[in-house]
Amino acid sequence: MREKHYGLGFFSLLVFIFLLGPLLIISVTSFEPGTVLKFPPQGFSLRWYENIFEVDLFMSTFKTSIVVSLLGNISALLIGMPAAYALSRFSFRGKDALNALFLSPLLIPGIVLGFTLLRYLIIVYHLPVYAGLLIGHTVIMLPFIIRVIASSLSNFDFAIEEAALSLGAGRLETFFKVVLPNIRSGIIAAILIAFLESFNNVDISVFMTGPGFSTLPIQMLTYVENYFDPTIAAISVMLMILTGILMFLIERLMGLSYFTKR
Amino acid sequence: MKKTYLYWLLLPGLLFLAVFMVIPIVLTIGSTFVQNSSFTLEGYLHFFKDPYFLKILLTTLEVSVVTTLVCVLLGFPTAYYISQKAPRRKGILLALAIFPLLTSPVVRSFSWMVILGRKGLLNNVLIGLGLVDEPLNILYTPTAMIIGLVHLFLPLMIISLIGVLENIDGDLVHAAQSLGASRFSAFRKIVFPLSVPGLIIGSILVFVGSLTAYTTPALLGGKQRVIATFLYQNAMTLNDWFLASVIATIMIVITFIVVGLLNKAAHKLNPKG
Repeated sequence: MREKHYGLGFFSLLVFIFLLGPLLIISVTSFEPGTVLKFPPQGFSLRWYENIFEVDLFMSTFKTSIVVSLLGNISALLIGMPAAYALSRFSFRGKDALNALFLSPLLIPGIVLGFTLLRYLIIVYHLPVYAGLLIGHTVIMLPFIIRVIASSLSNFDFAIEEAALSLGAGRLETFFKVVLPNIRSGIIAAILIAFLESFNNVDISVFMTGPGFSTLPIQMLTYVENYFDPTIAAISVMLMILTGILMFLIERLMGLSYFTKR
Repeated sequence: MKKTYLYWLLLPGLLFLAVFMVIPIVLTIGSTFVQNSSFTLEGYLHFFKDPYFLKILLTTLEVSVVTTLVCVLLGFPTAYYISQKAPRRKGILLALAIFPLLTSPVVRSFSWMVILGRKGLLNNVLIGLGLVDEPLNILYTPTAMIIGLVHLFLPLMIISLIGVLENIDGDLVHAAQSLGASRFSAFRKIVFPLSVPGLIIGSILVFVGSLTAYTTPALLGGKQRVIATFLYQNAMTLNDWFLASVIATIMIVITFIVVGLLNKAAHKLNPKG
């Protein structure tokens, strides 16, 4: 019954080659034994993978990135989960405006947000750079946390919660024993999506880092400005493997169709 | 009782965003209207009178418009093709479209440096085929930025379109065709109009994304400045915070105008949506 679309299929194939080809090429070049990136590579070597672990700056910035993304994630979760719950559970005046406010970090250009945070948090309020970085990452993770958790709450039947309340359970107890277990996979997916968003962030981090203190993407940018060896290609492969694993988990937890919903 | 409870749930988020987003942005915008503690529009007059600044703004707008158009042209047929597939195949294609979206923009821009450079893959192929004698200078041009930005945002366009295309009732198309409509006119009269909301959302995301992108122009644009790299340069290299704040304000205003206009268009075309 389904119609064949040969022309359309060929066009889509070209589009997918455009989307995935560069990632494949960069992966292959990471095995180049020489000091200059080449495609096709002139041999096979893992020396640039070893180089990642030998260059201290990559290891230390990787750690910073992980710690900032995890701590930011916890803060965003603590702030965002109650808000997501309130926005899905109750109807009240000004709800649409609040919804828009909580999603607005997505709308403000990242580079603008980074600059204003640098100017006010670091220069005017004299916060340490690390705190500024953490706060900036929390701000950009918040909309993802709220959106994903609200979307899992929209599938939750609040009548179950009412039942628990009417049987004498407290509000907090009901939340932790009845609501939370039901939206657990949504919460984990929210954490993973927010983590990727924060881990890959450049726009905020570029203002909140400097010599001696940086995140991995910023360190990669700096490295590319000075060297053109296959180290970045090797790191890219590692990051793509990380992306692949997290994407697989997100698919298991809530399905990739989450991404097509706006 | 319920009211106070509600406030306590929302309060942490509200306070956090107020202190760490709203106030810094309002203060930044406010600071562009004050010089020597009196009201001034000097920053904006200065910006819009300077041909160098205007050229940066114009380049940014041009690059964003072209990127959006290319994403529509490449994304629409692809999204339509994916939406027509059986669930299993659709899931795989969707995953392949989402994977680059979740991959670091640094990685993706860097891969284009490898392809577009003077000694890059593209030039090697073109010279090997005898199509050109001298390597082409593509890297560090607006064209390179557009290629990188299309790569960055095409997945967003595709998934925005799949969202609406999936909801179109296939029976409508079949009914039209059984009543004698050609495949093309069924597409033009049924599928296309119903997909306009997705097209608008996708275009907002691509256009605003391109307008404010930093990483891709920084890596692929070379000395070519766009407004985001210009903001960074003024803030961090030149320490001209007044000009940086003016640029930041202009970026916010353009973003809100674009989003507002396209949202209005979406409402007009689809009052229920």
